[in-house]
Amino acid sequence: MSSIKVENLCCTYGAKTPFERHAVKDVSFEIQKGDFVGLIGHTGSGKSTLVSMLNGLIKPSSGKVYVDSVDIWQKPKEIRKFRFKVGLVFQYPEYQLFEETVEKDIAFGPSNMGLSEEEINKRVLNAAKFVGLTDEMLKKSPFDLSGGEKRRAAIAGVIAMDPDVLILDEPTAGLDPVGRNVLLSQISQYQKARNNTVILVSHSMEDVARVCNKVMVMNKGEMFMFDKTQEIFARADELNSIGLRVPQITRVTDRLREMGLDLPKGILTVDKAVLEITELLKKEGRL
Amino acid sequence: MRDIAFGQYYPAKSVLHRLDPRVKILSLTAFLVLVFCTSNFYSLALVATTVLAIVLMSSVPLRLYFKSLKMILFIVLITSLLNLFYGTGDPIYQFWIFKVTLSGIYNAIFVTVRIICLILVSSALTFTTSPTDLTDALERLMKPLTIFKIKVHEIAMMMTIALRFVPLLLEETDKIMSAQKARGADMESGNLIARVKALIPVLIPLFVSAFRRAYELAVAMECRCYQGGQGRTRMKQLRLGARDYVSMGVILLVICGVVLCNVLLPSVR
Amino acid sequence: MEFITAQNLTFSYIDEEQTQVNIEKADKVLDDVSFTVKKGEFVALLGHNGCGKSTVAKHLNAMLLPHSGKLYVNDIDTALEDDEFTVRRMVGLVLQNPDNQLVASIVEEDVAFGPENLGIEPKEIRVRVDEALKAVDMYEYRNQPPHKLSGGQKQRVAIAGIIAMEPSCIVLDEPTAMLDPKGREEVMSTIKKLNREKGITVVLITHYMDEAVDADRVIVMDGGKILTSGTPQEVFSQVELLKRHRLDIPQVTELCYKLRACGVNIDTLSLHTDDCVNKLAEVLL
Repeated sequence: MSSIKVENLCCTYGAKTPFERHAVKDVSFEIQKGDFVGLIGHTGSGKSTLVSMLNGLIKPSSGKVYVDSVDIWQKPKEIRKFRFKVGLVFQYPEYQLFEETVEKDIAFGPSNMGLSEEEINKRVLNAAKFVGLTDEMLKKSPFDLSGGEKRRAAIAGVIAMDPDVLILDEPTAGLDPVGRNVLLSQISQYQKARNNTVILVSHSMEDVARVCNKVMVMNKGEMFMFDKTQEIFARADELNSIGLRVPQITRVTDRLREMGLDLPKGILTVDKAVLEITELLKKEGRL
Repeated sequence: MRDIAFGQYYPAKSVLHRLDPRVKILSLTAFLVLVFCTSNFYSLALVATTVLAIVLMSSVPLRLYFKSLKMILFIVLITSLLNLFYGTGDPIYQFWIFKVTLSGIYNAIFVTVRIICLILVSSALTFTTSPTDLTDALERLMKPLTIFKIKVHEIAMMMTIALRFVPLLLEETDKIMSAQKARGADMESGNLIARVKALIPVLIPLFVSAFRRAYELAVAMECRCYQGGQGRTRMKQLRLGARDYVSMGVILLVICGVVLCNVLLPSVR
Repeated sequence: MEFITAQNLTFSYIDEEQTQVNIEKADKVLDDVSFTVKKGEFVALLGHNGCGKSTVAKHLNAMLLPHSGKLYVNDIDTALEDDEFTVRRMVGLVLQNPDNQLVASIVEEDVAFGPENLGIEPKEIRVRVDEALKAVDMYEYRNQPPHKLSGGQKQRVAIAGIIAMEPSCIVLDEPTAMLDPKGREEVMSTIKKLNREKGITVVLITHYMDEAVDADRVIVMDGGKILTSGTPQEVFSQVELLKRHRLDIPQVTELCYKLRACGVNIDTLSLHTDDCVNKLAEVLL
């Protein structure tokens, strides 16, 4: 079942002025329920505009967005409903924290939905669990948390709305390796546990290769590719042509294959590479 | 919200851009006074022509001037309408309680032209002078005030920093608003109280961020050996050149012209 | 020649009122940290957030003074020097967020800010500003307002603002953490160029392993202590140690390490893609 469908989506800034700029040009795609999509592309390639159109924060200049087969702009007055269905976590979301306690801050989204107190509490605790915030942290002021914890609290604030689709715009930006790994695996677990659709906007090919099953590539406002992760990273030349790179490990195995080593295309992780190379050596009886 | 035309510097290489900012500020002050000293159509026309010449000389697209005019269009309309109907003398045209008199029409024209002139000259100043040049010139012009224990350098520094961070904070406001809307915050509907309340989730993060930025900026400034105005030199030295003297001469001529027009030529109004 | 010598630095953030006794007890942000940086060297300081690396950075330009231990910059004891600006004009510090360290609304005026504070002759400032902007490839943007620039460009302007003060050493505290890959690349190549061509000593504080592999020397910190140091080759070869402290290693290094564990004949672990491909091709083909 498709959870998000987009048809000929366009977004033009400053239309009919000399400064006319197409942020998103004629983009169409369909994302199935349970997909974990990585959205990659340069800064200014239209990624952020695209995701803001998916939850109705930006109204497309033309084209349609369907969430669960409903055109979200059919009744513009009810657009808020779709912001709860498509949860969007912005870049550096910790800058949106404002309540006295982390708990109250996470509850901001759910209480905007008009849920009962009981339901809100349940959702807050659930969301906190997903991102690994302890009860003690929930009672603290959000401004007393560490950088990584603030980030996770802010993400919990969106998860607590229990959206069908969760979009994260560079959730790991500025975090150190530990923070990055912890957060990525939490998002991954969340996605598996709820079997929800998750869209991860990222600059890190390694991160996308690690967790996403599909990848969409944006370039200059247009959709450049959209396919299974492995297929995308097997097209290294095309990615290079628009200045994007495949993960380092994929580069190494690709070059070894070109040199005549019998390795498959689109190796995405170190472990997979080790496995393939050792198998090869064993087959040849060299190991 | 981000394209506030008024007071935005437009880089170019016109004569106006290269004038000493102090001369420009003083000339602007002179003009502001002058515009209100025009007592007949001759002097008004003289001032208006000078203003138009300045605008044309600035190599700034006229579109930008129109943009700043548009912002005060409403004020111009209201004041000119009021003037139009509050004239004295015999009505030329009348309906209900409104009567239009010749002096009313004259007043309206005067007010409109004056306001437009004011906006155009001040825009010309801000379009052709970078904000840093402006604060710099103000700092130098206000220097004599230090004897009254006014911290001129500190004030100028605050202005510089404010100018630098206003666009940043506007952008940040946009971002925070989007983030809260994404969490279902409703900022467009409800009564006044509800709307003010809806601003809290925007204002608090904004303040927190502004303080964080301020702290970091202070550290950065200290890293760059900032220790107040003492012992500080400036890269850009302000020295009056030939064109500054010429333009001051022109301004003086215009002033004399206005005075002469006011005194010698008959008042038409 | 040693440019910076740190001897047994300890430091903890404490409130003003706290007594000497509490200092002993307080959580030490730096605990017995010693290292040296040679003139002209490119040193990378690696570690997680909160490992104390930013605190080290602030010690290097005398923004902070050690509670015990000594820090010498060009043979000057930072704690004894009355004028902290003596140290600060030798060691420039570039911070993480480019937006929050630019003061003026025009690029070239921002770059001039430092030299202006030092009271340098206007003509000389002009020369320095132009040179600094050329050194970071931002000369053609000199009349632009900073908020119209990309993150990488802003950070390069910030670097220009520091080198216009002509320090012998620049310390960069996670200069790429907030940038996209393109910005990171721009900033990294600028840093390397400054080190190579101008002979400026560079201390790069980062948590990206791939930025550290090109350094002359790497110092790894964790929990306020120095974990290990040496050439990138030496440091990244200690895969077990780095993994135990949950630090990343480059994918190619991990590949070599794991293949070696499987019995493939690899003597040294690669740090770069090219090197790794060549080495594996040699062994496998």
